[in-house]
Amino acid sequence: MSDQAPEIAVSQEQMVRTLQERFGNVVKPDDRGNFEGVIVDRDKLVDVATALRDDYGYDYLSSATAVDYLGFGDHFEMVYHCYKTTGGPALVVKAQTPRDVATIPSLINVWSGADFQEREAYDLMGIHFPGHPNLKRILMWEGFDGHPMRKDWHEAYFEEEHKPFDNRHPDGWVKRSEEYNPFGRNVKYPQGMTLADVHDISEIDHYEGLNLGVDIEYGAIDTDRLIVNMGPHHPSTHGVFRMVVTLDGETVETLEPVMGYLHRNHEKIGERNAWIMNMPFTDRLDYISSMSNNHGYALAVEHLMEKNAIRGYSAPTERAELIRILMVEMTRFVNHIWSIGFLLNDLGAFFTPALYAIEEREIILDFFEAASGSRMMCNYMRFGGVYKDIPERIRAQAVLENDIIRDFDTMQYLRTLIYERLPRFIEEYDRLLTRNELVLTRCQGVGILPGDMAIAMSAAGPVLRASGVPYDVRRADPYSIYPELEFDVITGTNGDVYDRFLVRMGEMRESIRILQQVFPRLEETKGQPVFGMDSYVPRMGNGGESYGRVENPKGELGYYVVSMPGKDYDQNPWRYHVRAPSFINLTGLEEMCKGHKVADIVVILGSIDIVLGETDR
Amino acid sequence: MTTGKDHIDLRELHNSEIPLPDGLQNNVALTTLSQLYNWGRARSTWPLLFGLACCAIEMIATAAARYDLSRFGMEVMRASPRQADLLIVSGTVTKKMVVPIVRIFNQMPEPRYALAMGACASGGGPFKEGYNVVSGIDKFIPVDVYVPGCPPTPQALLYGLITLHRKMESSSLNNINSVPWYGRGPSDEIPLPILGPDIIDPRQTEILRKEIESFNASMQEMQAEA
Repeated sequence: MSDQAPEIAVSQEQMVRTLQERFGNVVKPDDRGNFEGVIVDRDKLVDVATALRDDYGYDYLSSATAVDYLGFGDHFEMVYHCYKTTGGPALVVKAQTPRDVATIPSLINVWSGADFQEREAYDLMGIHFPGHPNLKRILMWEGFDGHPMRKDWHEAYFEEEHKPFDNRHPDGWVKRSEEYNPFGRNVKYPQGMTLADVHDISEIDHYEGLNLGVDIEYGAIDTDRLIVNMGPHHPSTHGVFRMVVTLDGETVETLEPVMGYLHRNHEKIGERNAWIMNMPFTDRLDYISSMSNNHGYALAVEHLMEKNAIRGYSAPTERAELIRILMVEMTRFVNHIWSIGFLLNDLGAFFTPALYAIEEREIILDFFEAASGSRMMCNYMRFGGVYKDIPERIRAQAVLENDIIRDFDTMQYLRTLIYERLPRFIEEYDRLLTRNELVLTRCQGVGILPGDMAIAMSAAGPVLRASGVPYDVRRADPYSIYPELEFDVITGTNGDVYDRFLVRMGEMRESIRILQQVFPRLEETKGQPVFGMDSYVPRMGNGGESYGRVENPKGELGYYVVSMPGKDYDQNPWRYHVRAPSFINLTGLEEMCKGHKVADIVVILGSIDIVLGETDR
Repeated sequence: MTTGKDHIDLRELHNSEIPLPDGLQNNVALTTLSQLYNWGRARSTWPLLFGLACCAIEMIATAAARYDLSRFGMEVMRASPRQADLLIVSGTVTKKMVVPIVRIFNQMPEPRYALAMGACASGGGPFKEGYNVVSGIDKFIPVDVYVPGCPPTPQALLYGLITLHRKMESSSLNNINSVPWYGRGPSDEIPLPILGPDIIDPRQTEILRKEIESFNASMQEMQAEA
């Protein structure tokens, strides 16, 4: 945190040596080609993690995920990316376990942000975490057959391990998977199943362990607790999210988030895809900010390509970086107006503030459409640049000035947008909302997440910064051309809903500030290439791992990709994991909601700003 | 549909097969009960306030000022299925989510319509091969209109809704097959899928039983050979 003395940045190699001196043989450097960090003996994992947190300042667990090395050592590996909230590079800690009896001690007592991520690893990989208090499936339902992210688990429509499938390329013959399935559906049942097994057990599970006894006493009257089930179909859960809430009167006692209603197997599909095929899928993670999702994935794969020194590949040109920043900061603006508009929706100001927000969003979306061809799913960035330079003219149905002028010079359009329209909009929105009495009374002091708890729970983005932690990946672990740009990291003080609102308002102002620095440089670099190379083949000859993280509007978005060496494997990711801010920010939801009223849950959830495409992936 | 003027264009409602004197054009409409009934229904179709995934964002954009769904009398999105006429399935249908969707559809009163918005709801879309994805909501509930796109633009959704209006207008009270909800008894409920080892559609249990039997038979054969 900022009030601590600045620590001397320690490189990962130094840190590995320090750990080895302290723990001896328990800690081994990961010496596989292009891999980094340390492999820790799983019996000592908790000790090492505690030491990392307490003695070396690695207080922030960014990502925890499992990799199945079937055929490459036949073990599971948990990969933890640990950071310091004072900034600096990652320390990657790994722990391995045999595949048949897969257990790794839970790190929930060291970093409570491991909670959902370990449950996900249990659900999708089948690794057990002794010490985890609530180890059950999180994305799939209880009773589902198998652990789908294991390499030897095949889905019902399975054709081949890797794309492009032989029968499609080069002959172009199309196989319809449902014709080969006896049910004509995307279903697969375990062999030896009997019809006696057919009963719905998935629902009971959510109500088990909830204290429903008669122990609330108001004078002479005994009352029961009340369970309220919100979602998955509920207008204020921002998608298909569900919460099982236990109430004492109207006060929240426990809250359990139930997710997976939009789990569309992003990672499994991603591991079948070739590298570039995942780019359009990343659009559909956080579908409000597709451009910045592209950016994170491009960074991860570019980093891996640099490690492998791919022939013909060179880093993005200056203009490509400028266009990326332009797109990403506009996305941040779009996301924040959208989230504030819908926060007000949750507060009861039905749709009017959102309408103001959507009006500005449409204007930015027109620019995205002109540049990429699609309003929402832009699929714009490529490894080493962007898909295309921004167009000369915008001929969309822009309503920037009036309804008649529909043909603009792009730079003129952007200038009006960046220097006039968006700053004016912020001031208008600010005037309407920030000192609004209703907003103040409903938001101040509601859903408080203290700073230390936010760090422990791996909260990211505006949620973390509103709690007073000045941690922004753009500054803490800089990427792209952010070091050259001037902007402030906005923080709050109280960590309540109102501070999250203020942080978003502040970040929109900073985005405009960044855009105003990028715009003149865009004009200067006009005509320069957006790609540094003519052609390259993304084949990661020697394999390796890479973690690309960006400061997405919703928080830190990370992509962990692993490639295996060899001609059969290097065209596709062996492991493709998304560290989704919307997912991990929900870890603190119960803490934030406890003691508040039912109506506040909706507001608190709105202030976390989740998108289910990313939460469930 | 209203014109730009501030009154209803009666020519739209008038049955063109019945001749009208010139002076009465647009002042009088002679029409059938079916036509009047469908005209009212189509112009106040209330969709369910129900978003699934990315397409829901475009659905909200369609309802907002720029595309203005209220031009079609559809801006009243109801949060309760009991008050809704139209289910817009806006996004990827997962196996976990299809159970609530079928339940919601069962709760909607007749006449009810379903619109599959986007590639995922129509046929699985880019996520079709996923282990938790239902390849199209039409495997479980009857769909009236499919809108292609990933996601469909607001214009495409509007076109889909206009197509649905046409479909509503084509039903006739004379023909009981086109208005089944006036038949005897309640309409059939769609059986709820079960989340077992994989999703089980109760309508498919016969196939499932046969599959299990043939598997058991093959196991017995193998044992006999051994």
